[in-house]
Amino acid sequence: MPSLQSRINTAADLFRLQETLQQRASSNNRYIAVCGDTGCSAWGSKSVKDVFRDCLEQKGLAGQVGMKFTGCLGLCESGPVVIICPEQIFYQKVQEEDVEEIIDKTVTRGEIIPRLLYQDVLSGETYTYMNEIPFYQKQKRLLMGNNLKIDPNSIEDYLALGGYSATARALTEMTPLEIIDEVKFSKLRGRGGAGFSAGDKWKECYDAVSDRKYIICNADEGDPGAFMDRSLLEGNPHSVLEGLIIGGFAVGAREGMIYVRAEYPTAVVKIKHALHQAEELGLLGENIFGSGFDFQVSISIGAGAFVSGETSALIASIEGRAGEPRQKPPRLAQRGLWGRPTVVNNVESLANIPVILREGEEYRRTGTDKSRGTKIFSLVGKVVNTGLVEVPLGITIREIIEDIGGGIKGGRSFKAVQTGGPSGGCLPEHLLDTPTDFEELNAVGSMMGSGGMIVMDDETCMVDVARYFLRFLQDESCGKCFSCREGINRLLEIIDDIVHGLGTPGHIDLLRELSVVVKDSTLCGLGQTSANPVLSTLQYFEEEYRAHIKDKKCPAGVCKALIHFSIDLEKCTGCGVCKKKCPEEAISGEKKEIHEIDPERCSKCGICLDTCTFDAVLKC
Amino acid sequence: MLEMTLNGLEIQVEPGTTLLEAANFYGIEIPTLCYDAGLSPIGACRLCLVEIGSPDRSRLVSACTFPAQKGLEIRTHSKRVINARKLLIEMYLATCPSSKTIQDLASKHHVTRVRFKQKHDDCILCGLCVRICEEQMQAKAIEFIGRGHELRISTFFDKKSEDCRHCGACMYICPVCQARCQGPQEKDAVCNACLNLEPPCLEEFEDAMCYMDPCVACEQGHEPRKGCSQRKEGS
Ligand SMILES: Cc1cc2nc3c(=O)[nH]c(=O)nc-3n(C[C@H](O)[C@H](O)[C@H](O)COP(=O)(O)O)c2cc1C
Ligand code: SF4
Ligand code: SF4
Ligand code: FES
Ligand code: FES
Repeated sequence: MPSLQSRINTAADLFRLQETLQQRASSNNRYIAVCGDTGCSAWGSKSVKDVFRDCLEQKGLAGQVGMKFTGCLGLCESGPVVIICPEQIFYQKVQEEDVEEIIDKTVTRGEIIPRLLYQDVLSGETYTYMNEIPFYQKQKRLLMGNNLKIDPNSIEDYLALGGYSATARALTEMTPLEIIDEVKFSKLRGRGGAGFSAGDKWKECYDAVSDRKYIICNADEGDPGAFMDRSLLEGNPHSVLEGLIIGGFAVGAREGMIYVRAEYPTAVVKIKHALHQAEELGLLGENIFGSGFDFQVSISIGAGAFVSGETSALIASIEGRAGEPRQKPPRLAQRGLWGRPTVVNNVESLANIPVILREGEEYRRTGTDKSRGTKIFSLVGKVVNTGLVEVPLGITIREIIEDIGGGIKGGRSFKAVQTGGPSGGCLPEHLLDTPTDFEELNAVGSMMGSGGMIVMDDETCMVDVARYFLRFLQDESCGKCFSCREGINRLLEIIDDIVHGLGTPGHIDLLRELSVVVKDSTLCGLGQTSANPVLSTLQYFEEEYRAHIKDKKCPAGVCKALIHFSIDLEKCTGCGVCKKKCPEEAISGEKKEIHEIDPERCSKCGICLDTCTFDAVLKC
Repeated sequence: MLEMTLNGLEIQVEPGTTLLEAANFYGIEIPTLCYDAGLSPIGACRLCLVEIGSPDRSRLVSACTFPAQKGLEIRTHSKRVINARKLLIEMYLATCPSSKTIQDLASKHHVTRVRFKQKHDDCILCGLCVRICEEQMQAKAIEFIGRGHELRISTFFDKKSEDCRHCGACMYICPVCQARCQGPQEKDAVCNACLNLEPPCLEEFEDAMCYMDPCVACEQGHEPRKGCSQRKEGS
């Protein structure tokens, strides 16, 4: 057996090593996968893993049963997720106390423990195997599927699954133009937001003449709530690395860089480890696979701002300047990092590359005519199953929310879904059948963005939602363009007035007018999309704005200035519980007599509403 | 030479020319606030917007930073441009009404109302002072500090600068502190006292009496607004 320390010099070396590792993996295929990503870690998966390891050790099973501390397995809401392989028995919310029972019953005797199974909230049905769970059924996990089989720290796991074959094929059997053509043919579009054809972008950089070029992996991921890029890097770092090497070879860059957001220290550790492993095996460095191609990768830590994810700002930040976008043209393929032709690709885009080169057929069958492949969405908000979902492009938003997400949490009803991150748009019920496709989402006033998907229920005020996103953008704008900085300030000023009951009838038109100008007159993508939250909520929920302005009412009961608490004279029994609980001492009344709320003192915290057992507190 | 179309006119410019330089060369005026011919352009004020591209796929870009490109179609006075420009000026007025430069822009572009809340900022963050200090005075005593809505101009670490020679270049070039408009009052951002889209002297003379742009011989024929320093007592 070739030792892992020995360098891989040719493609044949790689295939031999892969085969050995495959055999080793299949001869001993019983293992326990504990999700080690952030969602599950927050639920305590790290100590669950440790207990598993100790327990296996104690019972003398460590030799027969393996352990993998994997990347995100998707159902983060139900963490810690533990999957018993090879059967893929799915256990959720596993605690340290459950470990011994799992080993004794399930691992040794194949018995199922019903209490740990996933249960569908609506139907009440329970599921034993991962693939049966509705959450996974409509997904197509081309990029994330392997997370279950990979310990992110182990290049062996990745190689056993055929890892680096795509790189070997690209470097030894294909010319750069052939690779570019294949990527073009696959119709891969950038997953970082703009949806630009990856092949076309590579071609432009390939065509640029220079003795030095760069390829940068954009892992800045600043969208609040989105974490697919982090998850890919932490769960399967070699797949991204492969994409970067192949991209470098295709465009003629010998230097690659991964720009990671400062808030992702774990990802940095995982990438560093992966880089080190790849270097040791000769998959990075000089003369990779004997092809004559040299490639180095370095890591650059981000400045921690949303706007530094924009390509020119990202480059400015790597060069040590303020992370502000600049005018394009000149385009990055003409003048990028240190003035050289540069390509910037998103993490998820790069992770698609090895899949395309390895399983091109299957890839091209996935998705729609204009957008092929899958997209990872980070499904959050008021849905039953939150987490990362990977779906074939073109599937409708309804399918994601209802079939995969399991519908709205807590039996409430759907109100809106926000796609595309902070500057995306909010879509109402009647547009739920919109397919997840770049053009179709743009046409209804939202966008694909990086794949954030926030589901909102009927307790959400859409004016307040617009306000929330504007506030985020106000903090994140670099501030250079007057129309972005001051435009967002003014949009927010008007919306603040509206939620405080100071709205005037002219405000709606003014919001529209200003939004259009802000979109039109700003330099970078942040400014150009910053008015989307306002425009799309105005487009689909104008009535709600009008209610705030005209009737001084917040129909969802969110905007404090517009809601009032009072006590129903008929229902009040004078029990006095609300009086005791009110933190503002705003409630008065004698025992057994009708109580009263002083509107001046009431801070609208809603505690009285929650405490009254006679439903006597009214909110309107 | 690069061929382009400027407002329907076929023009030729040297490579490396910006759209603003091209337009100015051909005699078309585009309003600016953060541009100065002697300093590098940064595209901050967004007032110099022009529309580029064929009408169905056009977009607005800042003329001061956008390089001339072969075959580019440029429109400097389209409806879309004018609308954006006017709203920007309205926002400028709401932010810095005491700037004579901004009041003059408002007058010239017929911005006669302000629908935003009145602020009295003393800086529009055009960065002219930062650039003149660095690029012409070689001092680099002041800088942009912070980000987003907290962006401001100051010395490094807000400490008294060792590099500042008190040359006054920053004050000279500043469009806000250079000339004060005394017109607008607390609640009223628009002065429009200097609103003279055509020189009033033409009523009495064959030729205009001066070439001030905008014309400042404003008392005649116009009723200055209430509170304006130009307003004569009793009128
Ligand atoms: C304000 C702003 C923030 C952005 N943030 C990111 C980001 O965090 N990650 C990312 O991959 N792309 C981000 N982008 C998109 C990038 O500019 C760029 O389109 C992308 O990295 C290109 O890669 P792709 O073609 O593979 O999508 C951002 C764009 C803007 C305007
Ligand atoms: S649009 Fe906003 S974020 Fe983008 S460069 Fe201008 S000020 Fe900065
Ligand atoms: S102080 Fe004056 S010159 Fe400097 S940025 Fe502000 S407005 Fe521009
Ligand atoms: S973090 Fe464990 S399933 Fe996502
Ligand atoms: S003059 Fe061009 S943006 Fe200010």
